[in-house]
Amino acid sequence: MNTRALPLYATVVIFLLAYLLCWLQFPNILSTRVVGNLLTDNAYLGIVAVGMTLVILSGGIDLSVGSVIAFSGVFIAVILRETSLHPLVVFALLLALTTAFGAAMGFLIDRLAMPAFIVTLAGMFLARGAAYMLSIDSVPIAHPFYKTLQSAYWLMPGKGRLTLIGVVMLLTVLAGMVVAHKTRFGASVYALGGGEATARLMGVRQGRTTMLVYAFSGLMAGLSGIVFSIYTGSGYSLATVGTELTAIAAVVIGGTLLTGGAGYMFGTLVGVLTMGLIQTYIVFDGTLSSWWTKIVIGVLLLVFILLQKGLLKLSQSRLEGSGA
Amino acid sequence: MTLLKRIAPQLVALALLVALVTVFYPGFLKIGISGDRLVGPMIDVLKRGAPVALLAVGMTLVIATRGIDLSVGTTMAICGAVAASAVAGGWGLVPALLLALAAGALAGLWNGLLVAVVGIQPFVATLILMTMGRGIAQLITEGRILTFTDAGFAFFGSGSLLGLPVPAWLWLACGLGMAALMRRTALGLLVESIGINRRASALAGVNATVLLIAVYVVSGLCAALAGIVVTADIRGADANNAGLWLELDAILAVVIGGNSLLGGRFSIIASLIGALIIQTIDTGILLAGFPSEYNLVIKAGLVLVILVLQSPRIAGEWRLWRDSHRASREAALHRGAAK
Repeated sequence: MNTRALPLYATVVIFLLAYLLCWLQFPNILSTRVVGNLLTDNAYLGIVAVGMTLVILSGGIDLSVGSVIAFSGVFIAVILRETSLHPLVVFALLLALTTAFGAAMGFLIDRLAMPAFIVTLAGMFLARGAAYMLSIDSVPIAHPFYKTLQSAYWLMPGKGRLTLIGVVMLLTVLAGMVVAHKTRFGASVYALGGGEATARLMGVRQGRTTMLVYAFSGLMAGLSGIVFSIYTGSGYSLATVGTELTAIAAVVIGGTLLTGGAGYMFGTLVGVLTMGLIQTYIVFDGTLSSWWTKIVIGVLLLVFILLQKGLLKLSQSRLEGSGA
Repeated sequence: MTLLKRIAPQLVALALLVALVTVFYPGFLKIGISGDRLVGPMIDVLKRGAPVALLAVGMTLVIATRGIDLSVGTTMAICGAVAASAVAGGWGLVPALLLALAAGALAGLWNGLLVAVVGIQPFVATLILMTMGRGIAQLITEGRILTFTDAGFAFFGSGSLLGLPVPAWLWLACGLGMAALMRRTALGLLVESIGINRRASALAGVNATVLLIAVYVVSGLCAALAGIVVTADIRGADANNAGLWLELDAILAVVIGGNSLLGGRFSIIASLIGALIIQTIDTGILLAGFPSEYNLVIKAGLVLVILVLQSPRIAGEWRLWRDSHRASREAALHRGAAK
């Protein structure tokens, strides 16, 4: 059996078991309404987690995404309020901006040879500060085009709504799977996460790959910001504080190795849905307080990190065994 | 003398900053006496800088071992909640303080065990507590902002002693005490040796595992003190906002202090000056009448400058450039002499 895929199997089994337990207590949780809401409510998180997965696979980390999402919302809202540009034009502008922002961070990480988390920490300050400078108050978005985006959904059997942003999230995960598993760039990312020296010897262009990885993460954060602004209908500079940690947790719970080099994009989707399920369960239960979400997520995080550690030891001892 | 040389860049930066703020707000250096305590913007900086300065003491040691402690902000929230609920529950002041410190030590022990025994990267290990911590703190306060009226506890946040605010005394004592402990004994050297090469130091007979755990426990204790100060200052434990983002400020203070994120040599005094620099920026921006939104952007710029200064690659290229420059100049001199 492929030991590398073991965390992924564990994630899927845990998700299915958790869903089963929820279903035994609340049969309604299997209805398409709940499933549709699960996708809609976690759309922005799923999209940003796709970018985070690629970054973590490359052995890095991106702490700036939460701030970039908040900046995106404020940027869209302020531009729409001040000018008469069509939202689609604003979206294109924003995506170009966040992609360039990510690429700049990737460039610095590679050129300065400094830890990714401190460079992206500066990015986090910068994006949040830029959002504050645009507007401190929450800015509503009143453009009629937003109304159509918000009310676009496909009615599933059982009256569940598969919203536009839910579909965007699923498509993004698909695109992420293609990029990570089917392209030369994806192979370079895995190689880089497995070990920089070996990657260089294999002929991976380290600088270019690092830059592209963070540019991709910036693009995803921008897209996530658009989805979040559709979801909330406003832009607020204090929104999505700490989303980067939730995204990292989703990626790890999805079975990706935090040291990089091993993991699956599909696992991230399951990780995001698991976290969404915890929240849904707490809402269904009604007596539990929302802070249990954080504790349960923390415990899951710990379990998966320990699991990964154990697997790493196992495969190492097996390697030594076969060598002897 | 060597200490003065080590902290000279930080002192110069602080002096320049104070001068800059004074240009925008002439009253910045004014210190008056109101009752039995000194008042003025500078005193305010000493007081408001206390949480970050306290965190920076522990963070310096953790970073010196090539680690990082992301959980200090949430540890502050937990310890503040523990102290406030104990005081509000009528346990008395001393048991409340001891309980808060114990909670901090426990948080540090947890991090230390994960890092030193289980062998998880510090950044990931402390991330777990960072995600869970606010949930735990809210569990203790039951989701409310726990308020109390104990004057003895409030003294730690807003009282004053010999003219100076108590929080200022706390971080001064904690920082100078820890610096003395590290430099008057071999402990500092041992901590540095772990940061440079844990395996080599263990082979040389340093009990790296115990020392590593101890460093995280110290960081937890510092966070507990910071949590007590913040909670006592507002006379309430706010599980959501106590210590929010402060781990980043603490890391920033340490790197402004010229300590390398890649571990090894450290200076607690320099980190304390780093914390003062951050607080002077915060207070200065407010006093000078700039909107506080500029704060984050300025901090981002600061981090960037420090990163360039610390970068091993840039340093290598600069050395290469300097050496080749020197070599070509010497070659030119030789040629001149030969003629």
